[in-house]
Amino acid sequence: MTSTTLGQKVVSPVAAGDTVAAQIKSRSRPALMWRALRRDKAAVVSIGILVFLTLVAVFAPLLAPYDPLDGDASQRLEGIGTPGHLLGLDGQGRDILSRLIYGGRYSLTVAVLPVLAAAPIALLIGMFAGYFGGRTGNAVMRVLDVLFAFPVVLLAIAIAAVLGPGLANVMLAIGITMVPYMARVVYTATVQESAKEYVEAARAAGATQAQILRQQLMPNVMSPLVVYGTSLCGLMIVLAAGLSFLGVGVTPPAPDWGVMTSDGRSVLLEGYGHVATIPGLVILVAALAFNLIGDGIRDALDPHKQTS
Amino acid sequence: MAGYLARRAGSMILVLLGVSVLVFLIMQLVPGDPVRTMLGPTATAESIAAVRADLGLDQPLVQQYVSYLGGLLQGDLNTSLTMAQPVAEIVFPKLGNTIILAAGALVICLVIGVPLGVLAATRQYSLFDRGAMFLSLAGASVPVYWAALVVISIFALKLGWLPTSGMYDVREPGGLGDLLRHLVLPAATAAVVPTAVIARLTRSVMVEALQQDHIRMLRANGVPERQIVWKHALRNALPPIVNIVGLQVGYLLGGVIFIEVVFSWPGLGGQLYTSITSNDMPIIQAGVLFIALVFVVVNLIADIVVALLDPRTREAVG
Amino acid sequence: MTEPLLRVENLQTHFASELGTIKAVDGVSFDIPRGGILGMVGESGSGKSVTGLSILRLLGSRNATIAGGRILFRGEDLLQKSEAEMRAIRGGSISMVFQNAMTSLDPFFRVGEQLVEVLRLHQGLSKKEAREKALNALELVRIPDPVAKLKSYPHQLSGGQRQRVVVALALACEPDLLIADEPTTALDATVQKQIIELLQEINQELGTAILMVTHDMGVVAHMCRTVAVMYAGRIVEHGDVADVLRTPQHPYTRGLMASVPRLRTEAAGEGHVRQRLYQIGGSAPLPLRLTDGCAFAPRCPEVGPECWEVDPPTVASGAGQEAVCHRRAEEKAAMAGVAQHVGA
Ligand SMILES: Nc1ncnc2c1ncn2[C@@H]1O[C@H](COP(=O)(O)OP(=O)(O)OP(=O)(O)O)[C@@H](O)[C@H]1O
Ligand code: SF4
Ligand SMILES: [Mg+2]
Repeated sequence: MTSTTLGQKVVSPVAAGDTVAAQIKSRSRPALMWRALRRDKAAVVSIGILVFLTLVAVFAPLLAPYDPLDGDASQRLEGIGTPGHLLGLDGQGRDILSRLIYGGRYSLTVAVLPVLAAAPIALLIGMFAGYFGGRTGNAVMRVLDVLFAFPVVLLAIAIAAVLGPGLANVMLAIGITMVPYMARVVYTATVQESAKEYVEAARAAGATQAQILRQQLMPNVMSPLVVYGTSLCGLMIVLAAGLSFLGVGVTPPAPDWGVMTSDGRSVLLEGYGHVATIPGLVILVAALAFNLIGDGIRDALDPHKQTS
Repeated sequence: MAGYLARRAGSMILVLLGVSVLVFLIMQLVPGDPVRTMLGPTATAESIAAVRADLGLDQPLVQQYVSYLGGLLQGDLNTSLTMAQPVAEIVFPKLGNTIILAAGALVICLVIGVPLGVLAATRQYSLFDRGAMFLSLAGASVPVYWAALVVISIFALKLGWLPTSGMYDVREPGGLGDLLRHLVLPAATAAVVPTAVIARLTRSVMVEALQQDHIRMLRANGVPERQIVWKHALRNALPPIVNIVGLQVGYLLGGVIFIEVVFSWPGLGGQLYTSITSNDMPIIQAGVLFIALVFVVVNLIADIVVALLDPRTREAVG
Repeated sequence: MTEPLLRVENLQTHFASELGTIKAVDGVSFDIPRGGILGMVGESGSGKSVTGLSILRLLGSRNATIAGGRILFRGEDLLQKSEAEMRAIRGGSISMVFQNAMTSLDPFFRVGEQLVEVLRLHQGLSKKEAREKALNALELVRIPDPVAKLKSYPHQLSGGQRQRVVVALALACEPDLLIADEPTTALDATVQKQIIELLQEINQELGTAILMVTHDMGVVAHMCRTVAVMYAGRIVEHGDVADVLRTPQHPYTRGLMASVPRLRTEAAGEGHVRQRLYQIGGSAPLPLRLTDGCAFAPRCPEVGPECWEVDPPTVASGAGQEAVCHRRAEEKAAMAGVAQHVGA
């Protein structure tokens, strides 16, 4: 392209449209993100739901009307709306509401903690491979490719099966499964960001590799990781409960929502649908809430969406 | 084409080698001794040692891997620890059943997911769009095992329209019709999540496709909107859609474990579950390996299709 | 006086935005006679593209509305037409060529397929007839080896060839009016010149009228008879090219001319000097029009107090040349006073 190309903007006539963007950009990113997220009704409601579920789990002993493990065989399988048992009772006569309330302690932890733990590891791997690139970076990504050859659910089940059931083992299985996926998100973002001017500028200004990585790249790489991680929490709630459902996760009689769904399966054929349906619905709602928040954050970070 | 294929096949073989190493290693980490499990608590130390030697389990790890891989390449997948039957005889028919289930689900995904995404994209921000996108986000959050139970209790138990489980009728197993009747519920359930994911992706790539300059040129030339959307924009959006469909096959192959367990579908996923419960390592190894193999091959095909779809890369490929 | 091919009357095109209503086109009026070429210049964001898109009702985005005015094409108001009627007009009797040559063709379809699609749509031709006409269209835009090009995909063509195909696509159905929105952006200088010459030849051979949106005063001098200068959604000066270039009236146009020194001397002559606008201090305002007054006031060297508060009037000077400016109105009034005085 020659310098005489038409339409090229030479003497900074700030395109009028850009002014809008510029005015909006002048605020800091987290503040802006929060502002945009707050306007997203679905995300706000979702945050509310998750806060509620968390508080309920934390204060379970105060809130639960019955012992989650102790059943009353005489009332087994009574349905929704049974006096004193809002959501009915399961096959062993345990109060379903009480089990749900306690269940959050397992189901939420088992999904969220591994994602939180996997994040820094993924950040390290992804940024290393993305920033230094070359042969080492490539080799790291090829190793990850091997892991991508396994469907997520299968890999998690296989690892969980090998480790054996139990709370810590499920979390380990989920964490291991997630690292490569999160690392790939970080890797892609790092490669993209590294090519940008500000990194070049920092390098020219004599910043060390560590400074560039920590101060320049990290904040920009974090955004996609946060978006991805939030949605992953949703997926992992479903997956973790699924492992428990298959008997390779949290072990009964712990009132994990997946264990509860599994308990309900055997009585479903006898016509008692509520035992399995209710905990499954809670899993769905919690997962959907995470996904809506993830979507909300993504939109809030998307410069194109802010003006509309 | 040959060069591209060779390159892709080469990297696929590397990945598959990695997969075999990984599967092999994971199984070494299993706590407990499979031979002891196999022979039961009354086995003597001598008989255990004999069986170990027989299975080659007393050799160094690398050598075990090499002979494992050698067997693999000759189609020898060892013998099941619990069923006294060659693993290959168990695994292959089951893999076939799983592929039937996954293919059924995939058809549903494509028939519903793609049009839904296209329609939502053309009505961006409308009530329909918002509704469809909320529903598909909810769909993507559905726990399949739960959905399977709900579907059984409604369509099989309450309404009695379709069978609750199995692949053929037990009393009079017969033909394609019987298979299809048994396939509907599990396939539809397995399809929920991938349909939702495909719909969401289709919408976003279609929104992008519809913003391209040449779409404006088509409008300026009076081309009807329907033709613009379904002929031009969809054609432009197809490569990423094919890619995501390839990835969703992976989801299906994993997710069918739940489906096969709940619907008692005689597939590889259900078999894996049973073998996990009974600690039957050779079957688990083979099952995981073959699912990974199918997944890798499907994605290779998807990549080739994508390259063929785009005239700009078609030359490089073909 | 014969009816013009296109008459735009007091066109108002607005965008709803967070900051208020953007009046991207705010009371624009102009005529294009049959076979005529109107040049439209103005800096980025002044509303040239929006004007062109409004004529074809192609604004598309949800926040856009044509809030007022009339667009008379062969005497009929396009704003009153149904969407189906508009589709027949688009590409049939009015075509548009866009800013981005490189991306105006669908990368997934062959050049021939894209031409045939439009031809069959508007002229109901058989496949065979359409293919022949497609070939004619490629010959019209003087593409080398047109038979082979019919089978090419866009990425197999050079930038200049692609733009020729875009022009062929626009002209395939022999429209009466071509809206060319900076049709040579992103092409290199020689190719630009060729495309401009092509458009000129087409204008002469087929009698296709052209609305030529451009940044290039050289192009205006070279191919247009009349020119309209846009600023912040309004036409601030309008007239015969020779008059406007030689004796610009509006301070904005004068600024443009002053920043293109060679043009003034060469405009009437050999022309085709490649120079750009925009070399004026300050930047284009967003046409929000929160208050009355002249939008150019913040950058105007001749600004006076009334400019900030009162919309400037339109002042005619000579044969059809008009400018919208308080200063010119004042001068004219003074002149009239003098004339009266002398006359008395
Ligand atoms: N979809 C839209 N939403 C809001 N404002 C818009 C939209 N499209 C255009 N505008 C505004 O309309 C005004 C005119 O834009 P237009 O594209 O017509 O300018 P232009 O004269 O063609 O500029 P250029 O020389 O850069 O092509 C600008 O201020 C722009 O910000
Ligand atoms: S009206 Fe006033 S501000 Fe506007 S161009 Fe004329 S002199 Fe300048
Ligand atoms: Mg423009």
